[in-house]
Amino acid sequence: MATKVLNYIPKESFIHGLSGTTKLIIFLTFSVLCGLSFDTRVLLFLLLLSFIGFSLSNIRLSEIRLMSTFLIIFLVMNFILLFLFNPEYGPELYGSRTVLFHLFGRYDVTMEQMFYQFNVSLKYVIGFPIAILFISTTNPSEFASSLSQIGVPYRISYSVSLALRYIPDIQQDYHEIAQSQEARGVALGKDVKFFERLKNSAKILLPLVLTSLNRIDDISNSMQLRSFGKHKKRTWFTKKKMTAADYSVIAFCIILFVVGMIITNQGGNNLYNPFVR
Amino acid sequence: MKNDSVKKVVATGIGAALFFVLARFVAIPSGIPNTNITFQYAIQAVFAVLYGPVVGCLSGFIGHVLCDMSWGGVWWSWAFATAVYGLVVGLFAKKINVKDGYFAKKEISTFVLANLLANAVAWLLIAPVGDIVIYKEDAKLVFTQGLVAGLGDFLFAVVLGGLLLFGYSKTVAKTGSLDKE
Amino acid sequence: MKPIISFKDFSFQYNAQKQPTLKHIDLDIYPGEKILICGASGSGKSTLGNCINGLIPFSYEGKMEGELTVDGITTKDSSIFELSTRVGTVLQDPDGQFVGLTVAEDIAFALENDCVEQDAMKRQIMEAAGKVGIEDHMSKAPYDLSGGQKQRVSMAGVIVDDVKILLFDEPLANLDPYTGKTAIELIDLIKKQTDTTVLIIEHRIEDVLWEKVDRIILMDDGRIVSDTKPEELLRSDLLSRYGIREPLYLTQLKYAGVDVNKVEGIDNIKDLVLKENDKKKIRNWYEAQSKPERINDNDYILEVEHVDFAYDNSEQILFDVSFKVRQGEMLAIVGKNGAGKSTMCKVICGFEKNRTGRILFKGEDITQSSIRARASHIGYVMQNPNQMISQAMIFDEVAMGIRNLGLSEEELQERVYNTLKICGLYEFRNWPISALSFGQKKRVTIASILVMGPEVVMLDEPTAGQDLRHYTEIMEFLKELNEKGITIILITHDMHLMLEYTDRSIVFTDGRIVADKSGSAVLCDRELIQKAALKETSLFYIAEMVGIIDPVDFVDCFIDCDRKERDRGN
Ligand SMILES: Nc1ncnc2c1ncn2[C@@H]1O[C@H](COP(=O)(O)OP(=O)(O)OP(=O)(O)O)[C@@H](O)[C@H]1O
Ligand SMILES: Nc1ncnc2c1ncn2[C@@H]1O[C@H](COP(=O)(O)OP(=O)(O)OP(=O)(O)O)[C@@H](O)[C@H]1O
Ligand SMILES: [Mg+2]
Ligand SMILES: [Mg+2]
Repeated sequence: MATKVLNYIPKESFIHGLSGTTKLIIFLTFSVLCGLSFDTRVLLFLLLLSFIGFSLSNIRLSEIRLMSTFLIIFLVMNFILLFLFNPEYGPELYGSRTVLFHLFGRYDVTMEQMFYQFNVSLKYVIGFPIAILFISTTNPSEFASSLSQIGVPYRISYSVSLALRYIPDIQQDYHEIAQSQEARGVALGKDVKFFERLKNSAKILLPLVLTSLNRIDDISNSMQLRSFGKHKKRTWFTKKKMTAADYSVIAFCIILFVVGMIITNQGGNNLYNPFVR
Repeated sequence: MKNDSVKKVVATGIGAALFFVLARFVAIPSGIPNTNITFQYAIQAVFAVLYGPVVGCLSGFIGHVLCDMSWGGVWWSWAFATAVYGLVVGLFAKKINVKDGYFAKKEISTFVLANLLANAVAWLLIAPVGDIVIYKEDAKLVFTQGLVAGLGDFLFAVVLGGLLLFGYSKTVAKTGSLDKE
Repeated sequence: MKPIISFKDFSFQYNAQKQPTLKHIDLDIYPGEKILICGASGSGKSTLGNCINGLIPFSYEGKMEGELTVDGITTKDSSIFELSTRVGTVLQDPDGQFVGLTVAEDIAFALENDCVEQDAMKRQIMEAAGKVGIEDHMSKAPYDLSGGQKQRVSMAGVIVDDVKILLFDEPLANLDPYTGKTAIELIDLIKKQTDTTVLIIEHRIEDVLWEKVDRIILMDDGRIVSDTKPEELLRSDLLSRYGIREPLYLTQLKYAGVDVNKVEGIDNIKDLVLKENDKKKIRNWYEAQSKPERINDNDYILEVEHVDFAYDNSEQILFDVSFKVRQGEMLAIVGKNGAGKSTMCKVICGFEKNRTGRILFKGEDITQSSIRARASHIGYVMQNPNQMISQAMIFDEVAMGIRNLGLSEEELQERVYNTLKICGLYEFRNWPISALSFGQKKRVTIASILVMGPEVVMLDEPTAGQDLRHYTEIMEFLKELNEKGITIILITHDMHLMLEYTDRSIVFTDGRIVADKSGSAVLCDRELIQKAALKETSLFYIAEMVGIIDPVDFVDCFIDCDRKERDRGN
């Protein structure tokens, strides 16, 4: 039973000390900026920052090995795919074509293509430490309150908390249902034919759905009996008090965002192009 | 009505949890990177039909983001696509009244239609456009990916989701007309 | 004194129902009273409770007639929120109401919704947690808590905004006997500390009566058929008439021919006083009994040898477990919540793979064989039937297990029909499962296992939360199967079930087997009872009171006599 849904690693550190709200804001700022900007300088700066943040959090790489390997595999596959799919995309994008060397067939390795793919990978890489940073330094109990802090309606915030609460239970349900069905010949293994597997999975999913629906009734009853939804707002037991550190970090995020956008958009489009003479 | 709104909050949470569990532990890779054909969309469709567009949308979105986070790195363009998918299917909820125990021709065809539309919007519009805007990815590439994902999810959501809704409708079926044989 | 809860000619009908579920209820409950509500399944107990806490009509719609006032407010003009600050409800399923990610958050839930400020909140939850004795676990997550602890959290969660009325709907289902006992004591304690009014809905009345209650309300088919002091109800024959199990010691006294109308303290074994001639009667009855002799010397069908087990990346659950089961035995596995009983069964079925040790079926090692392979010898019936049922129709559900064995349609149908006949479901074969009662659903799941022709069937808490009628229905059915030669292993928290139906009990504590002997022997062993979180049977007290040297034998005699009585009955 996955007692730990997200890989929260409690520790003493500056980052751990920040309130969940702040960390959420950092996370979003980075995500949005990194999403909107294609300016290599900005991206590199973000990468630098996220590594700094990472070292501040005292999280050791060994503690996130699984995720890291996943990222690397993904990056490599994606890099190759991008190239194989269309090696001429970079040149189109940057409007120039500097061949480094010829590979085979229609495949030339061009500066532009490499640069483009470098940027794409950069974007993925940045997203990664920030997400890790967020989930491994923020106590899941703080998620909901943080969300409602940044203006998400508390009903929605609370369903996030409910999701985190019941993932292990549902995972165990799935596990048990699957096992008891397997005992009755419902197999999902590789050897099973594709559509057979489909039919069989329905035999597992239906009990899962039905038990979940009962669950929903029970939970919503007991929540109403404890006056959930009574007022327009609600307080949060797990909310951390904002400190000076929090406010300064938030201020920094805002500045970072504004500056980042300005740099990005100078020259009319968000594409940093070193190839124009 | 109050009760309903609380039920929807819970349904969103549990729906997201189901989405997470299925997306995380019951995945069939389709061969194309960051494109997994999985069961979660069937469940999301079922929830969208049972609880309406808001639940359909949010449960999927929350589930998707949490799942991405557990791997590191959130895939926003696809998370939004998931959300839109649930939303669109949910818009047809009123027309598919399984809650009263009906899931016959009319409902089924509506369900298929809803999924067709929803998948089209999600995987041929939102996701690719998102990828193009964010990653400046090659339009050809992202649309191919979208097409693969869309087709897969459509197939799974319709077949599995259909089976599930059918099973569900049976459990609420009226039992008055029964006599022992 | 003014009643705090008052039903006046009150009726309620669910929209989904043709008939009213509550019919012309007249009931007054006074502040500080402690009341037990019992009645057969479907008699409307929970419905009555939900009318008081406001789920009806604010969550379940339906037609209400008559008056219901709770603490001076008329419920139908009120709101569930207004009521929830007066009535605290603890429901059966502990996981359903544990909505927080940690104990502290869950207890704080109601306060958060009331917009209480953090500091005040911290104070209040610590106080509530103290009252139920969970204060050392405040930052624990639900899956690190035992069933009993979860229930304490639920209690803290409702007493935290000091309610006037506490309502418990089947608080004892799924709790081990000792935890159940402490739960009852805790309820009593809280009642005394906060002088709230307490309503308990429960099937296991002997366990509830362990602490004094003021009144027992007996419901049947939506009506209140009796509303009296416990001793009066116990002396009457109403309990047996309305299918509620009467306390064991009471039955015993009746067998012994003691006139229960004359006995004092009849409502609670602790203050039961027996006059000399009553004791004599019991002794005479005991002398008159023929010593039951049931020995089973068949071959071993199932042998578990030195099994260790841990779920991946969590601490060890089973430690060097070994036991043997003879063909045709009816065996009980009992013990604490979280002791590893269900886990043991899962290991035997191959759902989980044991690290060390062997499992033998009819002498051959099956430790390596697959789930599917084992399933044809050993069947496992999960506690919650909804987790097993994946088909709409009974026939398909039962047929599922043998579909892809390459049988012809005829063979298949024949096998399914035979199974359905055995399970008394034949005439329902074309019904949708949704049309069945809980007890019948349970049988469908048993049928769906039996159809694969296992020689050993393991059932996880087959009778939890069932009333006497369904309990007897299920158990008698299992007994028949057993007489047909199928070996049956029952995981249960119901000590009476263990005594009544099983020949032998294996007692688990913290992943180890601490005893393996007859149920009566287990329940007369104070030390063991303590260690394994069980509870003495009241017969044991009687034996002591009367001064019988061999209580185990006394209990055996009683059970034997009881079985005879029952067989005469049907
Ligand atoms: N939400 C509902 N909608 C329609 N009918 C219902 C609903 N809940 C209960 N009933 C019906 O009302 C009757 C009484 O149900 P209730 O749960 O009150 O019985 P109970 O005494 O609590 O039984 P148990 O001891 O099994 O809990 C049953 O026939 C049940 O089918
Ligand atoms: N899938 C799982 N993963 C990890 N730990 C588990 C899992 N299932 C159960 N456990 C743990 O194993 C221990 C034994 O659980 P088990 O369900 O076997 O106890 P039990 O004797 O059946 O209790 P109960 O009487 O309450 O049913 C408990 O501490 C439980 O938390
Ligand atoms: Mg009930
Ligand atoms: Mg168990």
